[in-house]
Amino acid sequence: MNNLIILPIIIPFIIGAVLIIFAKHHRLQRVVSGFTAVGMLILSIYLAIVVYQDGVIVLEAGNWAAPFGIVLVADMFATLMVLLTSLLSAACLFFAFKTITPKREKFFFYPFYFFLLVGVNGAFLTGDIFNLFVFFEVMLLSSYALIVNGGTKYQLRESFKYVIINVFASALFVVAVAWLYSVTGTLNMAHISERVAELEQTGVVNVIAIMFFIVFASKGALFPLYFWLPKSYFGPPAAIAALFGGLLTKVGIYAIIRVFTLIFYHEPTYTHKAVIVTIAGFTMLFGVLGAVSQFDFKRILSYHIISQVGYMVMGLGIFTPLAVAGAIYYIVHHMIVKTALFLFAGAAERVTGTTDLKKMGGLLKTHPVLSWMFFISAISLAGIPPFSGFFSKFPIILAGFQEEQYIISGVALLVGLLTLFSMMKIFSYAFWGKQKHTDEQAKLPIGKLLLPIAPLVALTIILGIAAEPIFQYSLQVAEQIMDPSIYIESVLKE
Amino acid sequence: MKQLRPNDMMLQVSMRLITLIIFAFSFYLFLAGHNNPGGGFIGGLMTASAILVLYLAFDMKTITKAIPFNFTTMIGVGLLFAVFTGIASMLYGFPFLTQFFDYFQFPVFGEVELTTALPFDLGVYLVVVGAALTIILAIAEDDK
Repeated sequence: MNNLIILPIIIPFIIGAVLIIFAKHHRLQRVVSGFTAVGMLILSIYLAIVVYQDGVIVLEAGNWAAPFGIVLVADMFATLMVLLTSLLSAACLFFAFKTITPKREKFFFYPFYFFLLVGVNGAFLTGDIFNLFVFFEVMLLSSYALIVNGGTKYQLRESFKYVIINVFASALFVVAVAWLYSVTGTLNMAHISERVAELEQTGVVNVIAIMFFIVFASKGALFPLYFWLPKSYFGPPAAIAALFGGLLTKVGIYAIIRVFTLIFYHEPTYTHKAVIVTIAGFTMLFGVLGAVSQFDFKRILSYHIISQVGYMVMGLGIFTPLAVAGAIYYIVHHMIVKTALFLFAGAAERVTGTTDLKKMGGLLKTHPVLSWMFFISAISLAGIPPFSGFFSKFPIILAGFQEEQYIISGVALLVGLLTLFSMMKIFSYAFWGKQKHTDEQAKLPIGKLLLPIAPLVALTIILGIAAEPIFQYSLQVAEQIMDPSIYIESVLKE
Repeated sequence: MKQLRPNDMMLQVSMRLITLIIFAFSFYLFLAGHNNPGGGFIGGLMTASAILVLYLAFDMKTITKAIPFNFTTMIGVGLLFAVFTGIASMLYGFPFLTQFFDYFQFPVFGEVELTTALPFDLGVYLVVVGAALTIILAIAEDDK
């Protein structure tokens, strides 16, 4: 019993509710949400340290004992994700202060921002599979409101597809949960894991496992269910696109990793090494090919989300402690760098007024700080040492060769090369070359815009230079999630 | 063009009565919750429908004057009610959302069960009324 782990869920909930009441007071909204974001960051760091030192924390909501009641479980993986969420949400929020127009702010931007965090943190911390669905819905409903925020024609058209695919996936989610319940007779994830272990993951359980994979794959934008992502992330303003690009697909990936390490881990030769690895390969390849073919700053970045999500799932598919640790390191690296890149796209758009690469150029001369910070993040994304991208790709590909998965490892290397190519395309078009924006635009000060991004860029450098301790941490996280008995014992207390 | 307004005397008179009945029943449903069928959600929906009937019988201006609540604010207040019920148990060292109940003697009503689930339900009730009416009124206002 420890109420500490409910705080990352109820604090944004309370703040969101309060901000609904004071929807008309712009200044108050900004001050309150700014302080909350910083407070959440401190809280989540504290939570991560407590869980690291004392082990898994379990809260039985309403004092109903597991497996009958609903439990919240904070293990190292969950607290790491909560920490990253707080970090990204704070960065995007401070970026939003400078870029969101009052017209957009008026439509409950801040309340929905915090309700989104309620859903995301809840999905990370819950130990109940139906509750996972509920928190997914909280997150998605808020994201529907945020993605149409502003209501331009383009946003409405593309968000419609986003809503349709997610509503369909959610319906499938409920069906999968119902089916799992009919087979195991419980909804508590630790309890399900025990029952599935007794059933030895026979045919029906495998079908359910793949069904869960399809559900989370459509939320996490895996091949072939990624088509909604690039267009719908293009519409909303940069702060929202950055939050979505950094955070939302990774909730789907988190759910895949959680479900396939805690519950469906008995037949890795079929589920992990055949299905997941194959899907991961196609996701990486098609994502990066999409990025190479695009000529728009934000669209290239959106396609890269897809290709990078492939790496994380590949790490899970290889399913050795090294590979899973690599996948976790990759999630950390990706969430930080991807958010930074999206925010850079927003800053560049602020200067040039466009995200079309052919209409951009010469930013390096007029805005050197922006350009070099972008350059660091871009080559970090492509996996050039000494930045975090290299140290996260290295263990995954190394584990791939160790496990004799040569094809997927080759694909991963090729995708890294193509990532570098498309990042350099952005750099050479938008930052090099002749100045295409007017002299007035060249004088636009964007120092304040870069301030919230600077910590993210610093982190990608730190994650690269201090790779050793951070990789040790990811290895510990991986060992903890690959040993389901730790999770089960702390929930069911046997 | 000036809109023709039909004589809806019958509707207005009967709706005044019917609304009262719906209100009373929705309040009963709200209190019956957590042990019998009912609760904040159903009670809230029924209250919203009672208010909606008034909007149908009279025009928007009259009812907005008669019920001067901001329904969006009502959502926020309801959410806070619900979450603070959960937090109250945390202050006494119990897990979030732990509920308590006991039986009390009251002069007129006799023995009554009082539970901490009631303020939580009140929160749900306010959220449902607020959300339902916000949605419906937003669609209705499109006409203008």
